[in-house]
Amino acid sequence: MPMITSNNSPLKRLLNDVGPVDQVAIEERVAKFATRSIKKASKLQGLNLAVSMVDLTTLEGSDTPGKVASLCQKAQHPDPELTTPQVAAVCVYPFMVKHARACLGDSNVRIASVATGFPAGQVPLRTRIQEVKQAVKDGADEIDMVIQRGLFLAGNIQAVQDEISAVVEACGDARLKVILEVSELESYDKIRAASFLAMQVIRPGDFIKTSTGKTSGNATLANNQVMLEAIRDFYLSTGTSISMKPAGGIKNSKQALQYLVAVKETLGDAWLIPERYRFGASSLLNDLLMQLRKQQEGVYQAPWKFSDASSGY
Amino acid sequence: MPAKRKSSSRNSAPELLFGDLWEFDPAPESAAPNLKDTYSLFIGGKEVAPRSRNYFESVNPATEKALTRIPAAGKADIGAAFTAAESGYQNYWSKLSGKERGKYLYRIARLLQDRSREFAVAESLDGGKPIKESRDFDLPMAAAHFFYYAGWADKLEYALPGASTTPYGVVGQIIPWNFPLLMLAWKIAPALAAGNCVVIKPAETTSITALKFAEILQEAELPPGVVNIVSGAGATGQLIVDHPAAKKIAFTGSTAVGKAIMRSTAGTGKGLTLELGGKAANIVFDDAPIDQAVEGVVNGIFFNQGHVCCAGSRLLVQESIAKAFVQKLKARIATLRVGDPLDKNTDIGAINSKGQLDKITELVASGVSEGAELFQSKCSLPKQGYFFRPSLFQGVTQSHRIAREEIFGPVLSILTFRTVGEAIEKANNTAYGLSAGVWTDKGSKILKMSTALKAGVVWANTYNKFDPTSPFGGYKESGFGREGGKQGVADYLKINA
Repeated sequence: MPMITSNNSPLKRLLNDVGPVDQVAIEERVAKFATRSIKKASKLQGLNLAVSMVDLTTLEGSDTPGKVASLCQKAQHPDPELTTPQVAAVCVYPFMVKHARACLGDSNVRIASVATGFPAGQVPLRTRIQEVKQAVKDGADEIDMVIQRGLFLAGNIQAVQDEISAVVEACGDARLKVILEVSELESYDKIRAASFLAMQVIRPGDFIKTSTGKTSGNATLANNQVMLEAIRDFYLSTGTSISMKPAGGIKNSKQALQYLVAVKETLGDAWLIPERYRFGASSLLNDLLMQLRKQQEGVYQAPWKFSDASSGY
Repeated sequence: MPAKRKSSSRNSAPELLFGDLWEFDPAPESAAPNLKDTYSLFIGGKEVAPRSRNYFESVNPATEKALTRIPAAGKADIGAAFTAAESGYQNYWSKLSGKERGKYLYRIARLLQDRSREFAVAESLDGGKPIKESRDFDLPMAAAHFFYYAGWADKLEYALPGASTTPYGVVGQIIPWNFPLLMLAWKIAPALAAGNCVVIKPAETTSITALKFAEILQEAELPPGVVNIVSGAGATGQLIVDHPAAKKIAFTGSTAVGKAIMRSTAGTGKGLTLELGGKAANIVFDDAPIDQAVEGVVNGIFFNQGHVCCAGSRLLVQESIAKAFVQKLKARIATLRVGDPLDKNTDIGAINSKGQLDKITELVASGVSEGAELFQSKCSLPKQGYFFRPSLFQGVTQSHRIAREEIFGPVLSILTFRTVGEAIEKANNTAYGLSAGVWTDKGSKILKMSTALKAGVVWANTYNKFDPTSPFGGYKESGFGREGGKQGVADYLKINA
């Protein structure tokens, strides 16, 4: 009897296994998160929670040790006028990890480093692994890797998983965040499939992450929701808790609170902690601080009252 | 110690915790509803005290406290309303061109938009529905109906192409308590666009927004008698149905009352359209987008506390995914927020009245005693007011009362099926035929189902979607006639012989 040869693409099988996502309906669902009205003490709590979940990020070609030092200082003491928590981590290029470690010493603020040929990942695997090992050696606590979107879209699921496994091994004790780069995955179906693909090979407490922030599309409430639901389904069927990091495009407090509402109503209380949920962002922190000052002082402060603000007048 | 290990592994079965780690503070909508202590009837363009001298109280179902006094129109009042409507028709409305009638409708639509926050609060206070629904659905949709039918007023020759038509003249309209203002808009807008004058009665538990609407009509300077608003209970409705000046009756409400109206109007030559109850099937196939289907099922049954004639009150889920689906459904229900209708974060508000709460309670008890398995959300309920936990029944069969009778509350009956044929058979095995939902990733299945299901509306991969341009109405005991779209205006026109 001949083998059944149709429908044997591994990507198609994976898509079939994890089930489809309806675009219209999921976008409608997340629009409801945005109608939640967060006021008073709950707003204060949410803003502080968001601060504690920020991966304060600088990923520019023009980054300098001085800029990273400033970032590290801000990460530990976000605002001298406020009693906010520290941010979760600073996120820098591998070349800056040493400098960040020098500034942070044994602070609780973690050092995350994008590695593996960020942002495109179009670098030989050996080079990528080397990069990861070097970043960990220099003091990185967390590694943000990118997957090879080309391999995934070509249907080469096994290769993508093997590469992630190799990076997991190179990480040692460092946590791993797997960037799916959702804007290049074409559909919510494939974002869901890629989430499962990554979750199957990473460790409990490792992250899946939406974006590099270097392409046209970033985190949205909808692709965040697709990934949260994948994490939920994976947890309920295996008992393994995977963490989540939306990145790019989350610029203000209102958005951050909407993302937290999504976490609260999809994964529940256990994920409302910095070990399980992060925001990859650079300008978000100052907006959170501005809102926190508003809650404390009753008036908005000018943007130049906050350090490292890129907007003046 | 194997015994201990066993129990700890049982404890560690993965579960999600939807607790109070980050609780939302109350976020009440603050706009003033501007209620009067006592309302009047609106007859001949004026607010008039009822000749019956009778009043009743309108109660806030979330607090059980009286909000205001509503007049109970008697025979003399209904007589006056029809006299005013006939005079409005002869002296004003029939003399205006379609274009001029349209201008009034546009004006009403805009005024309704201007005062939408105030009306939304009044609607939630009086009816118990969550403010986010009255704000985001009832009010915008009511205004949209007036805008839409304003456009029809000067294009009536296209409603029934080739036919010569005339308006009925004066029509009597009776509306339900689940979407008080929206149902008023569904009734008044097409009637006026087609050139009719109206005597309309809101439901006795939710008269406030209809009587407030009289303020908008005055602001719009609608000619006297074109719209007359009379409040009261069933007896008042009967007076409208029986009045000889009513050339057509349009009713939305229960099937029992609809049948009574049919008997009353039989042989009188009056036109009649009825939009009655439903027991819609929401059908989920194993290839459906599961999380979105769960959301759609939740929206289908818990929208407006389930007080929706087209509510998806029967879930038909394919057997192969039934267990997983119900598990997700239960998890989703755990996050629904039940409470103060005026809180912007409330998902499910108060049951409209004590009577309705009793009816829901009785039917749920029948489900339990007939052997279905009840699951209810563990959410906390306010101490006062008429509230009911979001509920679902598993193990329901076609012959259970909860699978046959309209509960009109937040109660879902879950049945399973194996084949497409069985799904169709079960879905159609009901006296009703208002709506149905189909959830599948396969387009051809949607097309097959939409033809096979005997329901006026079939939603595919969505539920409870409305638009003024889309006709809405039922098969079988869900009534006849259509509201919305071209069909909606055609139902207010007579074809000339």
